[in-house]
Amino acid sequence: LFDLTAEVLRYYFTLGIEQPSLQSSGEEAARMKKTVKRDLFPGALEMMILRMLKRQPTHGYALVQQIKRTSQDLLVIEEGSLYPALQRLLKEEFVKAEWDISPANRRVRIYKLTAAGAKHLEREVSTFERMLEGITRVLAPEGS
Amino acid sequence: MNWLKQLFARRRLYRELSEEIQSHLDEKVEELVADGMPREEAMQSARREFGNVGLIEENSREVWTWPSVEEFFFDVRYGLRGMRRNPVFTTVALLTVAIGIAANAAVFTVVNSVLLKPLNYPKAEELVSLHQIAPGAEGLADFESGLLLSPSMYFTYAEHNQTFQSLGVWIPGTANVTGLAEPEQVRTVAVSDGVLQTLGVPPAVGRWFSQVDQVPNAPGSVMLSYGYWRRRFGGDRAVIGRNIMVDSQPREIVGVMPPGFRFVDSEFDLTAPLAFDRGKLILAGFGFHGIARLKPGRTIAEANADISRMLPIWMDSWSNGPGSNPHIYETWKITPTIRPLKQEVIGNVGELLWVVMGTIGVVMLIACANVTNLLMVRVEARQQELAVRTALGAGWTRIVTGLLIESVMLGLIGGVLGVGLAYAGVRFLVAIGPSNLPRLNEIAIDARTLGFTFILSLLSGLLFGLIPALKYAQPGTGSALQSAGRTISVSRERHGARNLLVVGQVAMALVLLICAGLMIRTFAALRKVDPGFAEPQHLQVMRISIPDLLITEPERVTRTQNAILDKLAATQGVKSAGFASDMPMEGFDSDWDEIFAKDKVYSGDLIAPLRLYKNISPGFLRTAGTRLVAGREMTWSEVYALRPVVMVSENLAREMWGTPSAAIGKYLREYSNMPWHEVIGVIQDVREKGLQEKAPEIVYWPPLVQNRFAPAVRTTTFVIRSERAATESFMNEVRAAVWSVNSNLPLASVRTMEEVYDKSIARISFTLVMLGIAGAMALALGIIGIYGVMSYTVSQRKREIGIRLALGAQSGNVLQMVLKQGAKLTLVGVAIGIGAAFGLTRLMTHLLFGVAAHDPLTFVAVAALLLLIALLACYIPARRAALVNPMVALRCE
Repeated sequence: LFDLTAEVLRYYFTLGIEQPSLQSSGEEAARMKKTVKRDLFPGALEMMILRMLKRQPTHGYALVQQIKRTSQDLLVIEEGSLYPALQRLLKEEFVKAEWDISPANRRVRIYKLTAAGAKHLEREVSTFERMLEGITRVLAPEGS
Repeated sequence: MNWLKQLFARRRLYRELSEEIQSHLDEKVEELVADGMPREEAMQSARREFGNVGLIEENSREVWTWPSVEEFFFDVRYGLRGMRRNPVFTTVALLTVAIGIAANAAVFTVVNSVLLKPLNYPKAEELVSLHQIAPGAEGLADFESGLLLSPSMYFTYAEHNQTFQSLGVWIPGTANVTGLAEPEQVRTVAVSDGVLQTLGVPPAVGRWFSQVDQVPNAPGSVMLSYGYWRRRFGGDRAVIGRNIMVDSQPREIVGVMPPGFRFVDSEFDLTAPLAFDRGKLILAGFGFHGIARLKPGRTIAEANADISRMLPIWMDSWSNGPGSNPHIYETWKITPTIRPLKQEVIGNVGELLWVVMGTIGVVMLIACANVTNLLMVRVEARQQELAVRTALGAGWTRIVTGLLIESVMLGLIGGVLGVGLAYAGVRFLVAIGPSNLPRLNEIAIDARTLGFTFILSLLSGLLFGLIPALKYAQPGTGSALQSAGRTISVSRERHGARNLLVVGQVAMALVLLICAGLMIRTFAALRKVDPGFAEPQHLQVMRISIPDLLITEPERVTRTQNAILDKLAATQGVKSAGFASDMPMEGFDSDWDEIFAKDKVYSGDLIAPLRLYKNISPGFLRTAGTRLVAGREMTWSEVYALRPVVMVSENLAREMWGTPSAAIGKYLREYSNMPWHEVIGVIQDVREKGLQEKAPEIVYWPPLVQNRFAPAVRTTTFVIRSERAATESFMNEVRAAVWSVNSNLPLASVRTMEEVYDKSIARISFTLVMLGIAGAMALALGIIGIYGVMSYTVSQRKREIGIRLALGAQSGNVLQMVLKQGAKLTLVGVAIGIGAAFGLTRLMTHLLFGVAAHDPLTFVAVAALLLLIALLACYIPARRAALVNPMVALRCE
C-alpha cells in the first residue's frame, strides 16, 4: 500500500514549476503548461505549512527545507511558491508572523500557528484523509 | 473597516515581503557557499530554485488586493500608453469610431425625442385621438386625419360615452390681432369644453376656460401661449383681465399656458373657446379633431366599441335640415379607429426615422470593420510583444482581456468624442430636418441618449476588439517569438478574417448606396411631376384674411380683395397678381362637398362623391402658371354680376363627361336650391396635397358666389408673379400696397411658392440627404477598408512577389494578380450586397415614388460604380506590387 500511496502522492503533489526559458520551443511550452495544470490540489501547500508550523514556529526558508526533508524529496517544491501561500494564511489569520533573529544570526520572520490555524489544519487533514482513502481504493490493483 | 486598514498597511506588507524573500535567497546562498559552491554560481542556483521573484512577489501581493480590479487598471494604463505611442493609428481609429458614434448618437437623439419619449402631458398614456375612418366618404376622409368630428358628434360622444374621463374637439386656424402694434396674423387653436381638461396641463398664469366661456355669444375670452405672452406682453402677469382685439372682436385674456405646451402637434399663439350653439347644430361639419382621456383600465378596443354604439344615437339625435335623411351617413361606413395620441402626433414619420437609424447603424458596422482591420494589423505587429508576455507567464485569458480592454477603451474614448460631435450633429439634423417633423422643438440629448451612446461605444469596442483578440492571443503563439518577421508568404487562413471583413464592408456599403440611389431616382421622378404651377421661385404668396366684424358685407370683401390685386399689379416689377382660397401644397384645411350635375341622376339615399372646393379670382390661373385645358377664365364683371359660372379640374371633367371640351356648357350646383352654374373652363390637374398624392378632382368657384353658407371667400392666398419675389424691398412695397387699401389687414405665411414646394418634398429631401451622407460615409469607409487590406497584403507578400519577378514574371502579371484578388473580394461583397438590398429596400417602399424598390437600373449602376471605385482603390497597391524591385525585396528583412 505504501508504494501506491507514494505513487499517488507523486502524481498529485508535483509541486515543481520549472521556469520556462525564453529559448523553449513551442512544444516545451505546451508541456510546461500541462505541468502547471497538474499542480497540487488547492490548499495542499497551506495544509503542509500548517502541519510544519504545528510542530514548531519557524521562518520561510526553514519551512521549505523541512517540507523537502520530511517528504524525503518526493515533493520538489519551488521555493518561492511558499510565499503566496504564507500570505494567504496570514490574511486568514491562521498564522502570525514576527520578525526575529534566527539561530544563524539572521533577521527572519518567524511564523506561528494560531488557534484558528490549528483548528483549520485538523479539518483539512481529516478531509484530505478521506479523499486519499477514496483515491487509493479506486487505484488499488485488481483483486487485492 | 478591515479592508481600509489593509489598504493602508499594504505598503508595509509589501516591503516586509520583499525583505523576507531577499532574506530567503541570502540564506540559501550562504548555505550553498558553505557547501563549497562558488558565490556567483550559488546566487544563480538560489534564484533558479526559488523561481520567478517578480511573479511570486506579485502573486503574494495579490493576496491582499482585488486582483481583477488592479489588473484592470494596469491594462487601462498599459493601453493608454500604447495609444500614445502610436499616434497615427490612434487618431485614425478614434476618428472613425467618434464619427460613427456621433452620427448614431445624433440620429438616436431624434428617434428618441420624436418616437420614444412620452408626450409632454400628465399620464400621457391615457390620451387618445378620436380618429375615425369613413370608406364611403372618399376625399373628405381619405387623408391622414381620417374623418374628423362634427360638433354634433362631439356633443353625442361627450354626453353618452362610458369609456372616457373627458373628451373634446379642437381646430387650428389663424386670426388677426389688431390694436397692439402692427396688425398681426397669429396661429390659433379653438377648443371645445373638455380639451384642456383632457390634456391636463394647468395654466402658468390665470385660469383655464370654464363652461361659462363656452356659452355662445358670451363675452369672448382668450388664453395666450407662453411664447406669445413673452413676445407681446413681456411676460407681464397683469395681462389677465385685459382685452385684446382678435378678428376685430374684443376678448378678455383669462390665462397663459406654460412654455412648451402644444395642442397635440399644433403650435399656437392664442386659444379661444369654440362656443358651439347647440341648438343650431346639424349632423355635418366634419372639421374638428377629437381627443379624449380614457378612464383608467379602459382599452382602445373598448373605446372603439363605445363610439360604434354611439354613432346611431348621433344619427337619431340630429339632422341636416328638414326633409333630409339622417341615416344617409350609414353609406359612409363610419368606423372608429381610436389611436394613442402619441401615434397621432408622430404620424408616419416613424418609418422614415427608423430607416435613417438603420442606415446609420450600418455605417457604424462598417466603421467597426475598419477599426477591426486596423487593430488586426496592430496586433500582428505586436505578436512579438505578446509572445514575450506569454513567455513571462501571462495567461491566454489575461492577454485577451488586455486586448479587449484596449479596444473597449478605444470605443469609449471615441464615444466621449462622439457625444461632443453629436451635439453639433443634432443641431445639423434639426436644421436640415423637415420643418414639419413632429416634436421638432423637443429634440435634445438626454440621459437615454447618453446611455445609448455609452452602450454603443462599449459594444463596438468589444465588437472590433474580439476578432483580433481571439485570433492572435490563442495558445501556441509562443512560436511567434522565433518566426516573427521571417515569413515568405502569408497563409490563406491568416487572411480569412480580413477578407471576410472587406466582403462585409462592400456588401453593407452597396446596400446603403442602393438605398441612396433609389432616393435619388425618387427625387428625380418627383421633380418631373407637373405640380400645376410654374416657375415657383418667382411666385410670391401670402395669406390675407378679412374677418366678419371688419367688413361684414360679402361683396365689399371681394371688392377689397380686388382693390388689393389692383394695387399689387401696379407695384414695380409685378407681371400679374391673383388670389385663391389656397395654393396647392400649402396644407391648409380645405373644403369638400358633394356636387350635382344637371344631366345626371342622383339617388336621394346616397351621398354623392365629395369634391374639393376652391375659389379663384380672375387672373389667378395666368399668375400661377396653371394651364387652362378648355374653355375660358371668368371675368371680374361676371363675378360682381353674380353670373353663375364655375370651372372644374380636367380629371373631374373626364370623369363626368368623358373629355374636357364636353364639360363646357354643362351645369353644376352644390345643393338643391342653388342656381345651376355653367361650366366655362377646364383647368389642368393640380397636385393639391403634394407631388406624391394623386391630383384630386376640384370644383373652382368664383370668389363671390350665390351661396347661403359662404357667399364670399374671406381667407385667401394672394399670388404675385414677379422677378423681385422674396426680396426685402419688394415685400415692403407689397405691404404698403395692401395697407393702402385697408390698414387692419395683416400679411401671414409670406413666402415664395418655391418654399412651399420645397417644404412639400422636405421629407423626401431629408431622407435623400441622410441616405446620401450615410452612403458616402459607407463608400469612403469601405474603400479605405479595401485599400488597407490590399496594401497590407501586398506588403506582406513582397518577398513572394520579389521571387516571382526574379523568376521571370512580368510586372503586368503581378498587377493583374493583385487586381484580381481585389476584384474577387469586391464581387463577392457585391453579390451578397445585392441579395441583402433586394430584401431590405422593400422596407422603404413607402418612401419611394416613381421607382420600384427593386429598380434594376439602380441596382446595376450602383454595383458597377462600387466595383469600379474598388478596383481603383486596389490599383494603387497593385501598382506598388508591380514595381517591387526583386533585389531589394529579397535582401531586406
